[in-house]
Amino acid sequence: MPIISVRDLVVEYDGRRVLNGLNLDIEHGETMVLLGGSGSGKSTLLRQIIGLERPKSGSVQVKGIDITRCSQSQLKNVRRSIGVAFQSAALFNALTVEDNVALPLREHTRLAPSIIDLVVWMKLAVVGLEDFGKLHPQELSGGMKKRAAVARALALSPEILVLDEPSAGLDPIVAAELDELILLLKEAFQMTVIVVTHELPSAFRIADRIAMLYQGSFSSIGTKEEIKQSHNPRVRQFLDRVPDNIAKTPAVTAYFEKYMQSEEAYQ
Amino acid sequence: MTNILEDVGERTIEHLDYVGSLNIQLWATLKAMGRALPFVGNRYRWQATVKQMLQIGVDAMPMVSLMAICTGFILAMQGASELRRFGALKYVIDLVAVGFTRELGPLLTAIAVSGRSGSAFAAEIGTMKVTEELDSLRVMALEPIEFVLAPKYLAALISVPCLSIISNVFGILAGALFMFLSTRLAPLLYLRYVFNSIDLRDVITGLIKSVVFATIIAHVGCLEGFRVRGGPDSVGRSTTSAVVKSTFLVIVADAVFTAIFYFTVKL
Repeated sequence: MPIISVRDLVVEYDGRRVLNGLNLDIEHGETMVLLGGSGSGKSTLLRQIIGLERPKSGSVQVKGIDITRCSQSQLKNVRRSIGVAFQSAALFNALTVEDNVALPLREHTRLAPSIIDLVVWMKLAVVGLEDFGKLHPQELSGGMKKRAAVARALALSPEILVLDEPSAGLDPIVAAELDELILLLKEAFQMTVIVVTHELPSAFRIADRIAMLYQGSFSSIGTKEEIKQSHNPRVRQFLDRVPDNIAKTPAVTAYFEKYMQSEEAYQ
Repeated sequence: MTNILEDVGERTIEHLDYVGSLNIQLWATLKAMGRALPFVGNRYRWQATVKQMLQIGVDAMPMVSLMAICTGFILAMQGASELRRFGALKYVIDLVAVGFTRELGPLLTAIAVSGRSGSAFAAEIGTMKVTEELDSLRVMALEPIEFVLAPKYLAALISVPCLSIISNVFGILAGALFMFLSTRLAPLLYLRYVFNSIDLRDVITGLIKSVVFATIIAHVGCLEGFRVRGGPDSVGRSTTSAVVKSTFLVIVADAVFTAIFYFTVKL
């Protein structure tokens, strides 16, 4: 039985369809990469999977519970088994890095403060930030913030780790370090990992399977080898970095022609 | 004509929606308040409440005191310039004492707190929304209402009445200074007249008002923060809106409560 199962998921914002009847199964211990261009719907799908938004129709089952229809208390229980690191890291600036990581432990466990301190140190050590716990998030670099966000996501040792654009805005070396960290976490903790990205090298390094989104629909789902060999035109365009011919659409051509005519008339 | 009706209808629905949202937020906060209380609630929430009390109350004391001194002096001078013509300078004491305890103390405090803390609530929560911190609370199975709003509301409920009492004291002392300078009335005699002119009902109605004002300021400020959509520019708009709306609602509530007390308690 898949740990996450998305069925006929439709999401609309103000009547505009963003996700168009998606179906996806994610197995236990699998690393699933949601790949796609800007505006393809990957972050929207992620927000549905972690229960931050409700869909127009369809279902999202996490550990057998339909989080689109369950009660608030069931949703809270499901969320305790999911660790999320947001694209912006979303660390609390008023708290130190240590306190950020300790927050879910203080709120959801009855561990003694000394044990919480130890767990926090261990989680920070996993991401290589054990010496930076006393700093505030604004004192960290972009890569360190993302790693701190991963440490906080790991605080309750979740079964599912969700990472939204972990490499976005990072230099290639730091991005590669994060990829290695994700692989290490998966190997060490046998987690199910869902990663949203549009970085191809990162996706092919960490993925077991890749789901490719285009305009709210999956254009392809498969292992990284299957995706690499895909003949789907949208997948090929994305992998081969072929631009859309937006400059040659009739509307843009007509606009430029009209502009040129008006310039000539002016002269 | 149809357009005017549409505009009026649209505005009415918008305002009803706002009032409805305020009510829903108020009830949700009241349900979550138990967790912010000392001894019986969550100790981290109580610590946050104390921190908020320092920001809302202690930090505002110099400003509120100075505003009360200036207003008390102005009220005494304006009252004296008219009452002197009838040889009733003594009634300046009644004017300042009753005016401050029933009306000006709570109102001045509310305006100061609205400008300082109402805007700060909107900016803090709006920034948390823009930087996905509220989402990260939700995915950690923590309710933003309980985590962010309840400590602020409880702190406002305690701090604003305390500040109102301080404002009353300083306003009345400014009246003492005026009476000493203009008539050489001994301060102790002035205080005896003050205690003769006000009774417990005056103080209690002022405190009831200040509790209502605290509710308005905390909830309008926080709701404006929660309603932020988009980027940092909308945070700026929300802070302005928080101050304008809470000041307006405070004055409306003041008028309503003064009318209620006038017709029922016969002040």
